[in-house]
Formats: sequence, C-alpha cells, structure tokens
Amino acid sequence: MTPDAVGPHGRWGVAAALMVLTAPIIVLYGWLLLASFSVTITGLVPHGLTLANWRFLWQTLPNEANAWVAAGNSLTFAVTVAVLEVLVGAMAAYALSRLTFPGRGLFLGSTIVLHSFPSVTLLIAIFLILRALGLYDRLAGVILVKLALDLPLGIWIMKGFFDAVPWDVEMAALVDGYSRIRVWWKVMLPLIRPGLFAFAIFAFLSGWNEFLLPYVLLPSQDSQTLSVLMASLSGEERFADYGLVTALSVFYILPAVAVFALTQRYLLRIFSGGVKG
Amino acid sequence: MDVVLEHVGKQFGRVTAVEDVSLTVGEGELVALLGPSGCGKSTTLFLVAGLYRPTSGRILFGGRVANDATPQERGVGMVFQSYALYPHLTVFENIAFPLRVRRTRGTEIAERVRRVADLVGIAELLPRRPGQLSGGQQQRVALCRALVKEPAVLLLDEPLSNLDARLREATRAEIRRLQRELGITTLFVSHDQAEALSVADRVGVMHGGRLIAVMTPADLYEHPPSRFIAEFIGTPPMNFLEARVEDGRLAVTGVAPRPLAHPIPPGTYVLGVRPEHLELAADGDLRAEVFLVEQMGREWLVHAACGDASLRLLTGAGAAVTVGSRVSLRLVWRRAHLFESQSGAAVPFGLADAPR
Repeated sequence: MTPDAVGPHGRWGVAAALMVLTAPIIVLYGWLLLASFSVTITGLVPHGLTLANWRFLWQTLPNEANAWVAAGNSLTFAVTVAVLEVLVGAMAAYALSRLTFPGRGLFLGSTIVLHSFPSVTLLIAIFLILRALGLYDRLAGVILVKLALDLPLGIWIMKGFFDAVPWDVEMAALVDGYSRIRVWWKVMLPLIRPGLFAFAIFAFLSGWNEFLLPYVLLPSQDSQTLSVLMASLSGEERFADYGLVTALSVFYILPAVAVFALTQRYLLRIFSGGVKG
Repeated sequence: MDVVLEHVGKQFGRVTAVEDVSLTVGEGELVALLGPSGCGKSTTLFLVAGLYRPTSGRILFGGRVANDATPQERGVGMVFQSYALYPHLTVFENIAFPLRVRRTRGTEIAERVRRVADLVGIAELLPRRPGQLSGGQQQRVALCRALVKEPAVLLLDEPLSNLDARLREATRAEIRRLQRELGITTLFVSHDQAEALSVADRVGVMHGGRLIAVMTPADLYEHPPSRFIAEFIGTPPMNFLEARVEDGRLAVTGVAPRPLAHPIPPGTYVLGVRPEHLELAADGDLRAEVFLVEQMGREWLVHAACGDASLRLLTGAGAAVTVGSRVSLRLVWRRAHLFESQSGAAVPFGLADAPR
C-alpha cells in the first residue's frame, strides 16, 4: 500500500496511533535523561539541576571500575566482535554457500541447532575451558566465547547474502583469471557489502549490549565492561544512588543511539538480501 | 588455436550431463552447439572453458591436453547468458577486470579497454555502471570483457537470448562480423535453431547429453540425419505423416501408394515434409481441410487437417485459401524425408516415377 492510498486523513490517523504506541518508550528515555541531571526524583517528577550524577566522568567511583576504562573495554569488545564476526563469518558463509565438501549438510544443520541452546547452559563449561586456556578474566577470552555463540546465526544470515549472488558473476571472474579467494575478495564481498555493513552494526550493538558473558567471565575491575558496571551500581541495595545509575545509563545508551542514528538506513538491508542491484 | 574434444564426458554425482562428445573446432571457425534446454550444451561449453573438469575423455587446446588447465591458462574469453557483469564496477572497470589480475600497466589497460570498446561501439558507455545500461548494451560490455584479453578461444553461452527479437538479429550479425574480423576460434551455445544456423560455420546438435550430429547449416536443413533433428531444425516445423513400405511400394497415410525406385525393408516409417514442400495443386496427392491461416507478411502459413494429421504449408500471400475450404496438396517428393519409425534414423529413398 502506498502512502497515497491511505489519504491525508488516514495518514495522520496512522501517525497518531504510532505516536501513542511509542510514547511510553519516549517518556521513559526522556525521564531517564532528565533524572540524570536532577538532584532528587519523587515518583516521575525530578527536582533541582545538578551535574553531580555525572561525576563518574571525572572521578573513579569508590570500589567500582573507572567508567572510561569500562567504556573502553566495551568498545574494544564490541568492535573486535563485529570485525571478527564479519570476517570469519563471511569466509564460512561463502564456503557453505558455494563449495561442496564432506559434512556440509551436517554443518549447516548443526549450526542452527547449536544456536538454539541458551548460552547460560554452557556457562560452567565455558568457565572451565577458559580457565584451562588461561583466558579467564581476559577480554580476549570473552570475545572468543561471544564469537563462538553468535557466529552460527551470523553465518546463516551471510550465507543468504552469498546465495543471492548469481553463479554467473562468480564464473565470469574465474574465467577472467581470478582465484577463488580473490573472487571472494574482489567480487563477492563488494557485491554483498551493504548486507555485511548492516550485519557488522548489529554485531557491534550486540557486543555493546552484552551483559551475561562479561559479568561471569570478567570478574576483576580492570576488565569490566559498561554493562557490568551498570549492574554493579544498580545492584547495591543499601545505598543505591539512582541519580548516578540514571546518568551512567544515559552514558551507556548514547553510543548505541549514535550508531543507530548514523546507520539506520543501512540496517534494513540485512532483511533484503544484502545485494545491491 | 583449434579446440578438440575427444570422447569427453561429465558426471555430476550419479547424473550424466555429457556423454562421449567428440568435436573439433578448427582455427578461426565458429561452431554452434544447438539443442533443447538440459541437453548438455552449456555443460560442454563450461568444460571447454575450464570451469568444469571432465570425468572422462580429453580436451585439447592447440594440440595440448588441457583437461586440468584453468580458464586463464586456456586463454578463453566467455560471454554468459546473463552477461554476469560486475554491478559494483563501472563499464571501464568491468572490461579492465581480466587485465587487472595480470598486473598489466595502467596505461596499457586504458589503451586496450579503449580499443576494444571502439571495436564494439560502446566507447561512450565506459564511465557508466551496468545497472544504467540496456540489455543490448550490457551484452556488448560482456563481449568487450571477453575480447579484451585477446583470447585464443571465444565461448558464447546463449549470448542473445535475453535480447528482444530485432536486437538479437542485429547483434548476431555483429558477433559474426567481429569473429570473422578477429579470426577467433568460437564456440557458440544456443537453443534457437535459426540463430545457430545463421551464425555458424558448422552446427553440432546435442540431445540427451550426446552430440548427435555436426554438420554445416545447409546440410542440417537439407539432409537431417534423424527425425529428432528434422523436427528441431526449421521454422515452421516439418510435417510428419505415417507411412508403410510394402511390396516395394511406399504407402503414406491419405496418399495413394507409390512404387519405390530402390528396395527398402518393409515396415512402418514416418515421412517428413517441410511446409515449403507442400503445394496447393488441382490434382494433388492429399486432400485436407484448412482450419487456420496465419498471415505472416511475405507468406502465409496454412494449417490444414488431413485425417488425424495436422499439416502446415507455406503459400504466397494472397493464396486462394479460406478457413473451412477443402484443398488439394501436392508433395514435393524429391525434397521429402523418410525416417524409421522406431529409431528415427533417416532412410534414403526415391520414387520410381519421381527420381531424386
């Protein structure tokens, strides 16, 4: 249905309905932002203006990790996960889409089955393995685990991108004298770039938002991520400082919102096959 | 360079796509591979290209076995049915693509791309992207990309089938002109018999993964070696009438028996007559009732029922035929073909009163 088909009145009606539906979310985030600059909050009404809630920006909170260090850890974690997931995933997806090799069907089936397990059930095993490898409490270890858990779905999505590229284009490049790996790099990757880009953003956001794995596998303050710091602050029942928690929440949300705002027009491509015409 | 296929076969798992194909494409010759879809003609082309590896037989380029050689080592240029241009690159970069892999100097690349683009007449399209081109233009870009390497062998996989009819005729003449001009050995795959006949020096007909005939276009039309080929070649298609040979006479359904000039084993046969070899005549061999007249400009295609058989004949425009009228038709016996009804093999024959 085109916008014109609805008519001007219908369009306003739809817009109004959507506004009502999304209002709670807007109100929540608006309140969060206001509260982070307020002295006290009674119910939903904040009072007084202050920057004290944002003191984590220029000082390390007692008994907590430094917010900037945690943000740096989160960023390193999310970026590394996104880059590696795209790189490794694109290779695996290409192989699964284009090459025939023994065990291909089994591999395809098992990736989805593995993905359907809740990752919580694996925590103990992961903990023991990481400790044995000397990767416990190290960012590299959590990155490895996150990759292992998220790659199967990523490979499936990217396999879809490759499947949508016609065989002829690849054959043409082979006839033109390119090796398989160079065809992958010079022809296939550029063709599915929009899809890969969208996928990388999702992987970044998923890494940025990840809580469970860093919480369990990165216990020391130096390696904490923002999500864990957040939980640590809001979990202190006796003297939870809600102003501080709201400010840190805003600090934590901002990068994700910025990434979304800058890239949202690419994100839809992940659902449209990822191949540009 | 000449290309020789010796008993080449290709299997995909348990499916046999191509079986025992032997073919020689001479230096500078254009051979068309013709057949219905799924007959193995594209697979054969891919085998020659080096995209597939044969499971049996040998492929020789210039006398040297090339079974395991890559497409690049074979020096082939190829045009795909879908053109397979790289959508993310400009026309210039598309054509330059095969040169980039060889570390050719930038100035030389520019010069060679320019030269081949001039040859094919698309110089003004170089800065564009494939998405901005018409089908005919894309086809020419694909041809340029195949030619820029100055390949020893040019392979064309249904290069015209995505073009509209008029453009197709112009382009096939263009391809023929270029091929002659460059003297390039060419293998051309087509499912369109008119296209194959018009463009090729020789035509190889494929059926069920086998190469069943390799002949000049004229021979293929005039002397089809089997009923399958007779049926496949020629538009409108050949008419077929049931026939029997008994007591040295040929009895065609609806026609009075005629004595044979030379003995043929008795049995059931099929008589093939092209639409242009059925003529309206006052005292013809057959009587039929017209049920459809297609006016095709220069000539008319008349459909007439003779018993259970439906016959097609070509007449000049303005012939005295109307739907529902009864007509008398004369067979041009000298141009008719006889096929064994079981094997479909052509059987030479002559009538005692109408020598060939």
